[in-house]
Amino acid sequence: MGTANSLEHRVARKILKPRNFGVDVATPSIHPPAISVAVSMASVTLVGMVFDDDSSGAWNEMFSAPGKPRPIYERLFAELGRYQPAELRQRSEQLSHTFSERGVTFAHSGEERPFPLDVLPRLIGALEWDGLSRGIAQRVHALEAFLADIYGEGRIFAEGLMARSVVTSSPHFCRAAFAVDPPNGVRICVAGIDLVRDEVGNFRVLEDNVRIPSGVSYVIENRRAMTQTFASFFADHRVHPVDSYPAHLYAALRAAAPPSVLDPVVVVLSPGVHNAAYFEHVLLARMMGIELVEGRDLLCRSNHVYMRTTNGERSVHVIYRRVDDEYLDPLQFLPDSIIGVAGLVNCARAGNVVISNGIGNGVADDKLVYTYVPLFIRFYLGEEPLLDNVETFRLEDPDVREEVLRSIGSYVVKPVDGSGGKGIVIGPRADEATLNKTRDAVIASPRNWIAQRPVALSTHPTLVEDQMRPRHIDLRPFAINDGHEVWVLPGGLTRVALGEGELVVNSSKGGGSKDTWVLNDESVPIRESRVVAAQRYRSVAVRQSDGNVGRGDQ
Amino acid sequence: MLSRLAESLYWIGRYIERADDTARIVDSYVHRMVEDPFNDEDATCRSLYSILGIEFEEEETLTTSDTLQQIVYDAENPNSIAGSLSGAFENARRSRDFISSEMWVALNSTRNRLPQMENTARRLGPSQYLLYVRERAALLAGLTDATLSHDDGWHFLVLGRSIERIDMTARLLRGRVLSEDNAPDWLAFLRACGAMEAFMRSTSEIHDANGVAAFLLLDRLFPRSVLFSLNLADRCLYEIQPSSQRIAMADVARQSLAGARGRLEFIDSTELLVHLPELLEMLEETCVSINNAVTDRFFRHEDFVQWSREGGL
Repeated sequence: MGTANSLEHRVARKILKPRNFGVDVATPSIHPPAISVAVSMASVTLVGMVFDDDSSGAWNEMFSAPGKPRPIYERLFAELGRYQPAELRQRSEQLSHTFSERGVTFAHSGEERPFPLDVLPRLIGALEWDGLSRGIAQRVHALEAFLADIYGEGRIFAEGLMARSVVTSSPHFCRAAFAVDPPNGVRICVAGIDLVRDEVGNFRVLEDNVRIPSGVSYVIENRRAMTQTFASFFADHRVHPVDSYPAHLYAALRAAAPPSVLDPVVVVLSPGVHNAAYFEHVLLARMMGIELVEGRDLLCRSNHVYMRTTNGERSVHVIYRRVDDEYLDPLQFLPDSIIGVAGLVNCARAGNVVISNGIGNGVADDKLVYTYVPLFIRFYLGEEPLLDNVETFRLEDPDVREEVLRSIGSYVVKPVDGSGGKGIVIGPRADEATLNKTRDAVIASPRNWIAQRPVALSTHPTLVEDQMRPRHIDLRPFAINDGHEVWVLPGGLTRVALGEGELVVNSSKGGGSKDTWVLNDESVPIRESRVVAAQRYRSVAVRQSDGNVGRGDQ
Repeated sequence: MLSRLAESLYWIGRYIERADDTARIVDSYVHRMVEDPFNDEDATCRSLYSILGIEFEEEETLTTSDTLQQIVYDAENPNSIAGSLSGAFENARRSRDFISSEMWVALNSTRNRLPQMENTARRLGPSQYLLYVRERAALLAGLTDATLSHDDGWHFLVLGRSIERIDMTARLLRGRVLSEDNAPDWLAFLRACGAMEAFMRSTSEIHDANGVAAFLLLDRLFPRSVLFSLNLADRCLYEIQPSSQRIAMADVARQSLAGARGRLEFIDSTELLVHLPELLEMLEETCVSINNAVTDRFFRHEDFVQWSREGGL
């Protein structure tokens, strides 16, 4: 050990810059004994590089101090020590090769590219996950209650807690959604709640996505690619599987069917091959074993929906649509939409078909409405919010607006209906011209903007070329509501902003992703509801071809 | 199954077969085009264009490299090899939820590797490229049979494959009919179909032109013969929509098939060469009419309807 250790000292000296010498990386005393032997060149590189530039004040997901991984990362860190940097890069290329072959791509600026997957997984402990999933479920319940209320009796307005104008002025508020009552009360069958970890390590909700949240296919494919390429990473960890998602989704969609239908026919409605998320539509349809249809495959007659098959027309009862509201039905929305189905909304109103997620859901993920979600949780559920929002300012209030505009450079300003990072102005990084333009836009229509405190999103070591570099990440967990309970897919999509210091994390902005592991720590009891869910879905799981769902250790 | 899906599968079958057969036909010509010093380059190219039904400039003198570019590498041309594979790929994308993921991966990686194969082929000649296409087509055919349930979707795919195969075998034979001097000899055709040994074993008679034509048209057991493919197409159509009708045949496609089959079965096989031009024309028409009948019957879809607001809302 003696000579080997001194060799490592020399290596460390060469790589680390002097100012990091205060904490001697290779000194076993500050390592937990179990991993000190595993420190090799790769991990020294990892530690040195990751901490060198990390002066942003952001939370580091993997390390609590230079060379000191957080407890849940210890085993991964040790395992990583066995890889040489060149080998990691080689594996990384293998990952992207797997994706190209399997056609796991998304369309970025008109080009189909493999979705970059980083070699290092992001880990979340069982206890922390338990809190997160309860917080997410709570939020979905509250948003569900809110939608039922505003497209129904409007109690929240009557109580004077929220001005009706906040809702009716939302770009995604949809009059056509009145009287389209889902049979089992579920408007948000699938939700993607975007979370970020702030400077002190608390998860906060950045935004809610209850229209057509996408990205779950990457969660499934990432895991598949990682288990193939880094089997050794998995050996020491008990990781919650993610492949039961389609079975849960299918069960929830069937549960949403009109009650008079005994054996409902469920379809996935896609805009077609040119949609950025087409890969996901295909994956979900295939894993659920149901038809993937386009608008032209469907027709409406006498308020019933049919699909055209080689054996004539076949009834459709539940449509998991991946088409935006505006394009869904040319009779109700944009008349020149050719990817929709004429008459669909009336069929839903007549109760013969269920459109999932519901139309008009967009009002619930409007970013001004987002500021009211803690209120919804208290008002509709009588509970305290388990997850905090990011501090957000409503710009309709003249005093607040004046305050924000005075120092607009120190806020993040967002359009209320943007998705995919579109239109976000990060004050501290914007130039004077952008700030002035934003200021004018806010003054012109304060309802359409919100301001937030800039959060330094947490960072995670990420392989960039040959080195581990800190990159900002977020997390999008996916929740499924079947009308009885909200099930949260363990983990979710961790997105990585690939540019140095880049804060907008979104696949449509050219980001990457990480496999997200929820560790199953045995000292923490598995949530009871999960066990119930596992049992309930076992019958569904049988019809799944890949047989991995409904495993006992969910 | 969904009409749109059925149509995509039918065309996957057709396009993969088209890429395969075009590779085989070009392969049989390559010796003449590239290596034969006494060959009339222009006439050989013309012969190749016309049997593949690809348009070309009448006035200009045709060169081998232009011809290969258009017939093999040009992805914009739906009749070229690269174009056919890309057509198969586009249809596979549209039916990706139906075909097996192994088929998808095979087709996707074929398409990804094609540009690289093309670069090599430009330096070293087209043989490796053509071989690659044939191998991938064989792989895809194998995966189709081994990883898809033999349900309606599979029947549509095999139907497309059979129709294309009839069409292409007829075209191959037309090469001899059109211009004997510039087409490869009969044995080269047999080799192109991978039928050399099968043919030799099938007959003890003298291997003459008539015998080769009879084998490629009328053999009941060889899977690339026209009669075999007609029978297979008929079985697919029957499986897709079994008919218990006692009198006549309601299915227009099966009607045309029966007509073509009758014509072939009752021909005097020793006089085949005399009837060849007329038979090939008949087969080509049959393929068109079956294609139209299947499209009308199963792939019904309406044109996009565009709605607009009326005035005075």
